[in-house]
Amino acid sequence: MSTPVDRRTVLKGSLVLAFSLMGPHALGAAPRPGGLPRSLRAHPRLDAWLEISADGVVTLKTGKVELGQGVLTALGQICADELDVDFSRLTLVSGDTVRSPDEGTTAGSMSMPESGTAVRHAAAEARALLLEMAGQHLGVKASRLRVKDGLITAPGGRSVTYWSLMGGKSLNREATGTVSPKPPGERRYIGRPVPRVDLPAKVMGEPVFVQDFRSDTLVHGRVVRAPSPGASLVEVDTARVEGLPGVLKVVRDGDFLAVIATREWLAIKAAASLAETARWREQEALPVDVHAWLLEQPTQDTVIEDTPRPTDEASARTVEARYRRPYQMHGAIGPSCAVAEWDGDVLTVHSHSQSIFDTTEAIARMLRLPTDKVHGRHLQGSGCYGHNGADDAAADAALLAHALPGRAVRVQWSREDEHACEPYGSAMVMKVRAGVSDRGDVLDWDYELWSMPHGTRPGGNPGNLLAGRSRASPFRMPVPRNGGPPSYAADRNAIPLYAFPGRKVTTHFVPRMPLRVSSMRALGAYGNVFAIESFMDELAHAAGADPVDFRLRQLQDARARAVILKAAERFGWSPAPRPPGRGRGIGFARYKNLASYCAVCVEVSVDPKTRAVRVLRAVLAADAGEVVNPDGLVNQLEGGLIQSLSWSLKEAVRYDARRVLSRDWSTYPILTFSEVPPVDVALIDRPGEPFLGAGEAAQGPTAAALANAVFDATGVRVRDLPLTPERLAASGKQG
Amino acid sequence: MSFTLKVNGRAHTVDVPEDTPLLYVLRDELGLNGAKYGCGVGQCGACTVLSNGTSLRSCVVPAARLGGRELTTLEGLRAPDGAPHPLQKAFLAEQAGQCAYCIPGMLMAAAALLREKPRPSEAEIRTALDANLCRCGSHNRIVRAIQRAAAELAK
Ligand code: FES
Ligand code: FES
Repeated sequence: MSTPVDRRTVLKGSLVLAFSLMGPHALGAAPRPGGLPRSLRAHPRLDAWLEISADGVVTLKTGKVELGQGVLTALGQICADELDVDFSRLTLVSGDTVRSPDEGTTAGSMSMPESGTAVRHAAAEARALLLEMAGQHLGVKASRLRVKDGLITAPGGRSVTYWSLMGGKSLNREATGTVSPKPPGERRYIGRPVPRVDLPAKVMGEPVFVQDFRSDTLVHGRVVRAPSPGASLVEVDTARVEGLPGVLKVVRDGDFLAVIATREWLAIKAAASLAETARWREQEALPVDVHAWLLEQPTQDTVIEDTPRPTDEASARTVEARYRRPYQMHGAIGPSCAVAEWDGDVLTVHSHSQSIFDTTEAIARMLRLPTDKVHGRHLQGSGCYGHNGADDAAADAALLAHALPGRAVRVQWSREDEHACEPYGSAMVMKVRAGVSDRGDVLDWDYELWSMPHGTRPGGNPGNLLAGRSRASPFRMPVPRNGGPPSYAADRNAIPLYAFPGRKVTTHFVPRMPLRVSSMRALGAYGNVFAIESFMDELAHAAGADPVDFRLRQLQDARARAVILKAAERFGWSPAPRPPGRGRGIGFARYKNLASYCAVCVEVSVDPKTRAVRVLRAVLAADAGEVVNPDGLVNQLEGGLIQSLSWSLKEAVRYDARRVLSRDWSTYPILTFSEVPPVDVALIDRPGEPFLGAGEAAQGPTAAALANAVFDATGVRVRDLPLTPERLAASGKQG
Repeated sequence: MSFTLKVNGRAHTVDVPEDTPLLYVLRDELGLNGAKYGCGVGQCGACTVLSNGTSLRSCVVPAARLGGRELTTLEGLRAPDGAPHPLQKAFLAEQAGQCAYCIPGMLMAAAALLREKPRPSEAEIRTALDANLCRCGSHNRIVRAIQRAAAELAK
């Protein structure tokens, strides 16, 4: 299977096949309950998903994109199984606004539930259709035919192939919802650790990333960023820079200031000169204590859960606590990059955006071009973990390309641009109060959270692109909204999964954002699960109960209980006393309360003098429904756990009233090799169950497990992330 | 300024401003992809290459100063017949990487380590790679891949 980087933009004309003889009944089964899966309902034509060529190549088209999570491999496995072809026959087209079905954003752990389920049904329908055609061709009932790697054989041995039946023609037929996918036992690829299709080229140094894009007309653009949020450009001497070696053009459009040069190094130097001559008007408007600021803001309040307790027995005690998470950054290792080219008619944009369809539309609107004149193509970038600078870099490149026709303009953000200008994960405050029984179990649970937005992706609106907002006639940023049920955003996972008799959950949403914020892996679930699971640990401690038992006795969901038990067992959880300075903790959540179940146990040691926390080992158990690629899933869960350890131990964006101060890896340190613990991941496979999506499942549980382990080791409860030695020392003093 | 650089066993004459870091010469003049831009200030290791067998951060050293050196990028790691280096095989065997943007730098840092210390302990590997950053959390797989390659090379 291959994922071609260099695809032609022109669609090859394909012959159309008439299926006049076959109505939907030809396939014989009852329609699928609940109708077609969502993505397939939106794009019901089978040729939106699949092409079968005369030379035996099967092209699978998906709107979801590879972010390093292995989605293309997993989708290929599903397709190969349902269509009955060898995996090696597959070619993937992903995230191409001309060729792929628009499946929205690749985010929210939705790729397997959405695209995976759609591909499964589309391939099953295509297979049934091919069998029907073969039946007519061979004069045999379709039900008596066998398929192996596209070779259809009738009982007497006569055969025909997919390629001869389909070659050059298009599957122009709508999905009917009447074909059932194969039962689990008949699958060859699903459930197996098929190696990732994208890794060999990356390990061999082939050009796979958008950063590696080359063309004869390639030139390099560099944007001079405002030094602080909300700064406006007062004056700049562009003439000085226009004469520098290699400089092709200086572009100033309002507060948007950039230079294009023949070589990247010359562009970097020219941009530095431009920055020297630029004078900006800055504001001193950033709230240095963002948590205090959050509590003072006008809020949009929503009670998202309100179940009064059926009995009115008085609670024995009331306990409360407040937790906080800081601004944190996605921090891709490769800063954002894009390449755009305008040929006077069509603008082509190569980007590692997670939302290539929406971002392409926003770019078209920003440049006032018809949407069909902007072609967005996803090319892989460095792992992004949410909405980072990718879309803004695409808009930068588009704006510059539009100003310099006939050249492919590559815009590579600097490390400093990415650190200072990417939208961060929102700071949050979480308060929880519980009335508990004699035994310490929760009777009434009252939870409130304060948060800024977790979703300011372009969504087709140029006001959500830095370039769009900076132009002389700027596009206004739309007022951000919180996401609603069932997935939620700021309040994702704010409703506990525990069977508490009385429960109330209130969201205080603050639409303002002094520093730009947007979606970062798990959105509000990172803060909410940290708070809920830390508080559960506090309650268990107050009740004199074991933290694992305490959770289990208030949890009814059988799959939730199973992952907690699995994690505890693999970890060797025991009540035996820990050596001094050592502790263990557990954290659990079902991501979004509807995706993967995940429990994490960690063991830490805390240095009595320096207060430095060292994570000695971690165990994670997950139930992601039917597992498509166990190795890919383990890789992603372990990666999420390690990233959450990094967030939770070290990371907070630093800034003062005027500027962001975290501008490189020394001012925003992340976890390094010698700090990464061994991680053991256990999967509970559920063949036949829906795919649940797991890419973000570990973020919240890991943070809580860590804080709980630190408490177990030291008796110090840290309710503010990250758990730095200074925090530990400060929390210890307060008691 | 015009000078000659020896990269992956071949001499190249390049003409670039004197202060051009090696990274940009490799990527823009020689069309090589192995060295990645990550930070440009020597903090992340994405741009790591070998200079006379030891690791070098190509983003911070002007190419013009490296005239006499044998430089190796990821493209030069494989055998002359194109066969993957044992490290490359091991990274694939362990499926070490998610986005894999950091992986070229990891491979080159590992190659430098194994040249100096053919059988490093796990702790030595972690220390040697401590300034090579990975954001995806692929660290443990990378360590296992290096151990696997070391064992393979020792055979
Ligand atoms: S790019 Fe050279 S060390 Fe980061
Ligand atoms: S694998 Fe993505 S940064 Fe290392």
